[in-house]
Amino acid sequence: MTMGKLILTVDDSRTMRDMLKLALSEGGHTVIQADDGIHGAEVLAQNASVDVIITDINMPRMDGYGFIEHVRQNPVNRTIPILVLTTESDPEKRQRARDAGATGWIVKPFNAEKLLAAVHHVAG
Amino acid sequence: MDPMEAIKQTYFQESDELLLAMEEGLIAMNNGEANDETINAVFRAVHSIKGGGGAFGFDQLVKFAHGLETVLDDIRSHKLETTPEITRVLLKAGDMLSDFVAAVREGHAVPEGHADEIAAELANLSGNSHASDSDSGDIEGLDFNPTLISFEESSPAAPCQKGWRIRFVPHPALYAKANEPILLIRELSRLGPLDVVCDYANLPDLAAIEPYQSYFAWDLVVRGEIERGAIEDVFDFVMGDCDLEINELTSGAQAETDPSVLPQKSEAPSKPVAAESLPPPSAALGAKPLVVATEGKAGAAKPTIRVDLEKVDRLVNLVGELVITQAMLSQQVHDSNIPANSPVNTALEELDLLLRELQESVMAIRTQPVKSVFQRMPRLMRELAAQTNKQVRLLLEGESTEVDNTVVERLSEPLTHMIRNAVDHGLETPDDRVAAGKPAEGTVTLSACHNSGRIVIELSDDGRGIDRERVRAKAIEKGLIAANAVLTDEETDNLIFLPGFSTANQISNISGRGVGMDVVRRSISELGGKVVISSSPGKGSRFSLSLPLTLAVLNGMVITVGDQTFVLPLTHIAESMRPKPAEISPFGASNHLLRIRNSYVPFADIGRLLGIERGAYVPSNGVAILVESQGSGRLALGADNILGQRQVVIKSFENNYRPIPGIAAATILGDGRVALILDVDALIGLCREKSGMSSKIVERKTGT
Repeated sequence: MTMGKLILTVDDSRTMRDMLKLALSEGGHTVIQADDGIHGAEVLAQNASVDVIITDINMPRMDGYGFIEHVRQNPVNRTIPILVLTTESDPEKRQRARDAGATGWIVKPFNAEKLLAAVHHVAG
Repeated sequence: MDPMEAIKQTYFQESDELLLAMEEGLIAMNNGEANDETINAVFRAVHSIKGGGGAFGFDQLVKFAHGLETVLDDIRSHKLETTPEITRVLLKAGDMLSDFVAAVREGHAVPEGHADEIAAELANLSGNSHASDSDSGDIEGLDFNPTLISFEESSPAAPCQKGWRIRFVPHPALYAKANEPILLIRELSRLGPLDVVCDYANLPDLAAIEPYQSYFAWDLVVRGEIERGAIEDVFDFVMGDCDLEINELTSGAQAETDPSVLPQKSEAPSKPVAAESLPPPSAALGAKPLVVATEGKAGAAKPTIRVDLEKVDRLVNLVGELVITQAMLSQQVHDSNIPANSPVNTALEELDLLLRELQESVMAIRTQPVKSVFQRMPRLMRELAAQTNKQVRLLLEGESTEVDNTVVERLSEPLTHMIRNAVDHGLETPDDRVAAGKPAEGTVTLSACHNSGRIVIELSDDGRGIDRERVRAKAIEKGLIAANAVLTDEETDNLIFLPGFSTANQISNISGRGVGMDVVRRSISELGGKVVISSSPGKGSRFSLSLPLTLAVLNGMVITVGDQTFVLPLTHIAESMRPKPAEISPFGASNHLLRIRNSYVPFADIGRLLGIERGAYVPSNGVAILVESQGSGRLALGADNILGQRQVVIKSFENNYRPIPGIAAATILGDGRVALILDVDALIGLCREKSGMSSKIVERKTGT
């Protein structure tokens, strides 16, 4: 069993935040939450030890693309894996997230198993 | 509760908010007031509803939301221009989505037929914009499956000759996205026995190493009955950020892993790049590092927390108790003859002020904008307009006006009724309107504002106004007024509030059988409110509702009857007086009428109505309080004495005991005694029962 990670989830939907938290906690991870990109950046700035970021794309104030680019701008954060939550199988959108610096993606709807596997895939 | 069940509840709660936001945005789009952020917000709302719905397996909802989302996405990316036709479809689809959410919440079957129709209209819209886009595969496409990774270490004991040779050359971009080759290699090792050779031929001298460059490459051989797809899945996240060659081991060949015999770096990765077609560079550059959406009025949300209503109610209750305790303390101090200018009294006054402020603040927590009710009306209006073939525009004003949560909840029904009436009876058909020199489209305005401690909600329309001739004829026909009754315009207008009154010549399925308005008046009255109509023929009608801001405290008049103390709600009191013996005249066997100026009002002794035992009661020794009820007319109540006017905290009877006719609730007075709050409507009813008076003749005028 791998060590639990500190995971930052960024999503404007309470439902989604709750689901992520439930699934990730059951997988032994610790979850901190933010409800949009700007909030995510603030939370990240205060938590130096975040291991993985899971972010939604469509959010108010700052969307997922902007958030990822913002995270990657800081050299300190270059090695934090970022998983994007997406319902789009549209390659263009997925590519846009990758261009912004996303490490990988999780396609909604996901189950706990999928989610934990994806986290494991990018963070060990 | 099962955590998933709790999340489902969150989903429904959140969906409600999102649906409101969506509708608000759609209406703005419909009115041509939408900017990019409005459209984005609508898109996000639908997107979130779809996302959560998918998590709970609400497949039909997801499918429908997806169609709506696709159109919205086209609009926000300017592939599709909004036209009135499009917003009309969007509004319909929005309503449908609400129905879907409601259906899954209630566990009903999802409405059929109609949904397909709208879905087809949506598909048409998005079909127009991307002629050959195969977006419909999205639902199936949702099934990307990283779980493949979790394959057991299922390597067979004997070395297998089958397998794959992989050359993996990461680009700097791979590292820039925080992908880690070692993790990928570890994932590969789960598929089968793995030979790993690192090719560091490109590694320069230490001094020449650039930190963000990529110097390593790997040659890997994985053995076993492995699908090519399983290997591609491992590299899914890094496709395009590395050179990747995946070649099947040829059966004869030894699994060579010596870098020297492995093929050199090839320019053509085995997986064609076209499958993951790169976007034009502008797509990447277009995203600014900090995409801060312009904050529209919707975005300017203040930070909030969610609190259980129960907790707030407990707080309200505690403050209520505190107010009572303070009143008791004041009473004690007053009774112990402490001088008025003593420090104790000064401190008490201070306490009184602070308590009032505290009470207001706590009450403010319970308030919410009337918006939550108002928001439901546009949809109603659209449906009504469609059913009646009338053209209607609904204007909402003062949506942010705040009022107690309970009041908001109970406003919905009467408002719905009134709007139905306004559209059905008030507004003319487009042809009639044009003939009358008005625009074909009627306007209904719903507004809210605060006015001297009450909330005033007005519903006005620019329709034909109340047809007084017809109202009068109807009232006479129904036996509600005498054929020769002389009524002012205002009195005539008020006839529509009488139970059983209906002016619709033809019973429509919209405002039903005209039973609406008396129900409206009753429910507003139950909230301690009043309804006033003003109407001018040909120009329209205006209904004005005035309601208390809260149901938790009440301004009351404290009166005594025998040894009992009662509170009468001030909102119902018209005036009070000391009746002279000559002003009270017997009526029938045991009833009395009180003459007030030039009219007679039924007079009833509270003691007799409620069965309170006391000595001989002489009305002229006591007081008469004239009370009015919107629903049931006027009545003069006889009591022994008036103690004063006070703000009292309402303690519900139904919650703590059981309903008692004539009593609305209880409260605790400053001296610690419980006083009952009288229910004026019920008292008038009781009075009628006891006297056998017909509801028609509650009050009779002297002269004209």
